[in-house]
Amino acid sequence: MAPSYENLPIDDDDFDESQIDFTDLEEQYQVRLDEGLDAFVVVDGLPIVPDDNRPKLIKFLLRKLNSVGKVKDDGVFMPLNDDNKTEGYAFVEYNAPSEAIQAVKQLHGTPLDKKHTMAVNKLTDIDRYGREGRIDEEYHAPQIEPFQQKEHLRSWLGDVEARDQMVMFHGDKVGVFWNEKEDAPEVVVDRDNWTESFVQWSPQGTYLTSMHAQGVQLWGGKAWSRQKRFAHPGVNLVDFSPSEKYITTWSHRPLQVDENHPVPSLSLEEDGKNYIIWDIATGKPLRSFTTIDVPSTTDAEGQPVKKKMQWPTFKWSSDDKYVARMIQGQSISVYELPRMNLLDKSSVKIEGVMDFEWAPATPRRDGVKSYEQLFCYWTPELGSNPAKVALMSIPSKEVVRTRNLFNVSDAKLHWQSEAAYVCVKVDRHSKSKKSMATNLEIFRVREKGVPVEVVDSIKDTVINFAWEPKGNRFVLITTGEIPTQSAVPPKTAVSFFCPEKAKGGAVGNFRHIRTIDKKNSNAIYWSPKGRFVVVATLQSQQSFDLDFWDLNFEKPKDDKDDKEKELTANLQLMSTAEHYGVSDIEWDPTGRYVATVASAFRHHMENGYHLYDFKGQLLREEHIDRFKQLIWRPRPPTLLSKEEQAEIRKNLRNYSKLFDEQDLAKKNTANRQVVELRRRLLLEWLAWREAQVQMLKDEGAEIELNGGVVHKEAEDEVEEVEEIVEEIIEETEEVIG
Amino acid sequence: MRPILLSGHERALTQVKYNADGDIIFSVSKDHVVCAWFSHNGERLGTYHGHQGALWTVDVDPTSTLLATGGADNTMRLWEVKTGKLLKTWDFATSIKRVEFSPDGRQLLGVTEKRSGHLSTIVVYEINPDPAAEQTNEQSLRIVCDESKATVAGFSYMGKYIIAGHEDGSVSQWDAKDGEYMFSEQIHEPDMQVTDLQWAPDRTYFITASKDKTAKLVSTNELRVLKSYSTDTPLNSAAITPVKDYVILGGGQAAMDVTTTSARQGKFEARFYHKIFQEEIGRVRGHFGPLNYVAVHPRGTGYCSGGEDGYVRVHHFDKAYFDFMYEVEREQANL
Repeated sequence: MAPSYENLPIDDDDFDESQIDFTDLEEQYQVRLDEGLDAFVVVDGLPIVPDDNRPKLIKFLLRKLNSVGKVKDDGVFMPLNDDNKTEGYAFVEYNAPSEAIQAVKQLHGTPLDKKHTMAVNKLTDIDRYGREGRIDEEYHAPQIEPFQQKEHLRSWLGDVEARDQMVMFHGDKVGVFWNEKEDAPEVVVDRDNWTESFVQWSPQGTYLTSMHAQGVQLWGGKAWSRQKRFAHPGVNLVDFSPSEKYITTWSHRPLQVDENHPVPSLSLEEDGKNYIIWDIATGKPLRSFTTIDVPSTTDAEGQPVKKKMQWPTFKWSSDDKYVARMIQGQSISVYELPRMNLLDKSSVKIEGVMDFEWAPATPRRDGVKSYEQLFCYWTPELGSNPAKVALMSIPSKEVVRTRNLFNVSDAKLHWQSEAAYVCVKVDRHSKSKKSMATNLEIFRVREKGVPVEVVDSIKDTVINFAWEPKGNRFVLITTGEIPTQSAVPPKTAVSFFCPEKAKGGAVGNFRHIRTIDKKNSNAIYWSPKGRFVVVATLQSQQSFDLDFWDLNFEKPKDDKDDKEKELTANLQLMSTAEHYGVSDIEWDPTGRYVATVASAFRHHMENGYHLYDFKGQLLREEHIDRFKQLIWRPRPPTLLSKEEQAEIRKNLRNYSKLFDEQDLAKKNTANRQVVELRRRLLLEWLAWREAQVQMLKDEGAEIELNGGVVHKEAEDEVEEVEEIVEEIIEETEEVIG
Repeated sequence: MRPILLSGHERALTQVKYNADGDIIFSVSKDHVVCAWFSHNGERLGTYHGHQGALWTVDVDPTSTLLATGGADNTMRLWEVKTGKLLKTWDFATSIKRVEFSPDGRQLLGVTEKRSGHLSTIVVYEINPDPAAEQTNEQSLRIVCDESKATVAGFSYMGKYIIAGHEDGSVSQWDAKDGEYMFSEQIHEPDMQVTDLQWAPDRTYFITASKDKTAKLVSTNELRVLKSYSTDTPLNSAAITPVKDYVILGGGQAAMDVTTTSARQGKFEARFYHKIFQEEIGRVRGHFGPLNYVAVHPRGTGYCSGGEDGYVRVHHFDKAYFDFMYEVEREQANL
């Protein structure tokens, strides 16, 4: 707190300013004054020539120097020594300081011939660093810091109860908590103003990312100390590579890095760039890029179409070996890590390319032994050529499979999590372009020759599609024609698909299981372990449904109908819930819990979260003002082998018995505490009340002890009046005779 | 049981009160009219006409003979309950925000608003319980609140103290005999207005509601906070239920913000908390505006709420309400 005016210390008269040694401060905060010499560069490393040849050399030099800017007339000064020879250097004046900077950037180190290499430096730099004493003449070996043991970054995985962590961001506070099911989450760490805009986990949960105006910071370890810092002023978004080796930062504003705006660990190289790809281990930038402006297009009515930015722009292959960016309509540039050089020094030219996606896992194709990564892309109809979907293998750049499609208005690429299938959702229009329908083209990547299966039984437009993680079933949501000028969004239908049962463990053809009509659902969230799926309605004003489905429901034997015998699924709606204002849904990484969030990023109505178990049973709900984010901490892939996992699955009953006992014991202790507390409160209250009543008795408070009844004076003459009321309910007349 | 909807008012309700027997409900609203209703079926018994401005407050004496009202027409009025006859009008410089009879019904207290140079005051008149008698013009007590204006006030047990809640969230105590200031306590958050003060049946403790989203149970003698109930919405009213150890809280978003929000978000619900354990037990929906006042039947068999939406909702408690008990309460009851 600032001291108030009255509390300011009274000036000490004995104080003498001249006694203080300011030299250290002056050195530290030395200001570089504008010397007017910014347009000058010093060119070094030139051949030494006699005076006669000097104009020739200058002419030769000017050719090089003028390639980056305009050298002033008579702007080259090459001094002579006593022997009438040049000294091997020259002073050059450009028209503008910016050109001088360009000259340093581009010409420094360019060879002139076999013997001579040009060194271009700014005159001011020579002045600053070249002066005697500024740089130590003697070489000092850099000091190597002693090794310091770092914290274990994955210690949270060793929790005895195998609980999961989550980060919550509300108001200005960011906290990491242990999930305690129905009880209040246990705080691990809670900090004010930890981030400025949002938080994000790295894909394997090692780091928590915080966003600041100056850049991005990564946090982790038991003490939640800062692990790395990436300076990128004005950063908007970040993206990690799948194995957490690299990170991409992006700002909509081009970076400004120069002498007057120094940014730690960035060089002039990064000036004017939007993207930086960093190495997380070293904290150094690997390469930077500018945003590619997509030429704006106009729709049918001549209105400019707003382009949505694709994020992530730089897409990573599953093993962090490649990163690629698409230039829409032209090409895909694939870069090799860790050098970040363009693969084969050229982009892959694909005319008209609209979108591409890497396989999310290293693919295992039938008959292919060599290492490869795959990506899938599509191109629209161009002239008389049909639209195409293709799979390309990297690094060979060989197209493994293509498929031609007609009447395509849009396509979306959906990889299955193990890269066993890629489903291309093709929105097709009829010849008249009036009605729309959707086809699913499913590429079976693992089978010989990559056969394509087409699901074309869908009449309506598919608005959402999701594969079962590690499985081969999928859910999609369709919607009918959207009536124009209707405030109410159209009803949707949710359809489930699975492969038929086939002999010998092969995956049969995809078959429709069931469709649920007249829903409002628009979002699909599979459990990360598969089998369970939540179908929800998000971003809606009227509906907030959450449907919890099980695809392996064990029905009683006699209840099965014949149709479902052929399918590899048994569909069952387990539960339906509603969360008012739900905007985000998050499965925990083990697939045990689902958190639904009403985030203040979207609206300000009943912000908070609900916690469900996988069956859809509500465990906990909490309303928190300005609640913004809840994200489960991801877990790295398991280290157990397939056999070990199978063993655990086999003995699950024994384990779960143990866990149930632990849960019960924990609950009992908690319950006992609550009951104890209540008993104490009740006894305290009763004792206090007794004291109060005694006090009233001592004071002689008749009215209060009598329940507030004031006796009227006339009460003695109470007269009891008995009134008998007879009511005729029904009357019937009968003539007897 | 289905609530009874009393739809006799044209504007927002400001206060509702049961009489001592609990058979009649008095309601006042901004539409200038006082209504009396039968509590068991919601039939209107009558109205009291005369006020020239919005009404803020009403109270009935313990014998249900006299009715006192106060409002924005800068008058405090006394009526005969039975006939609706206006017995007395006291004029003031500013509006009357709260009236209350002493436990014996022989004193009447009024709280005046602070406005245009007039400080907020608490005035007390001696009352003759006979409707035919002439009422005095002379104030037996006049307390000026110069620090923070009083918003609510009432008589403690035996009319010993006057307790007042203030605009700055504090509660203060005066001797009701000579008007001597005793002390005050900061019960609620600073500058969060105390919006209501209602007594326990024997007036040894009371509950206050505040804009700071909490209600507090406070002891009369020491002004000590006994219990605290926190909610997620500004509170306008709080009541203590006899028979069962509950409190009922009412509130909701400020009336001026209501049009911009849905009923769901406005939190226009009556909330039931356990008085001793301070835990929420349940909520009752129904109003589509904030609840301005909740009142409990003196026998504890029901409650009614008056809302900004212009309705009074009268609820009679079901059997389940009386049967509900915490485990430890059951233990205690079986001792």
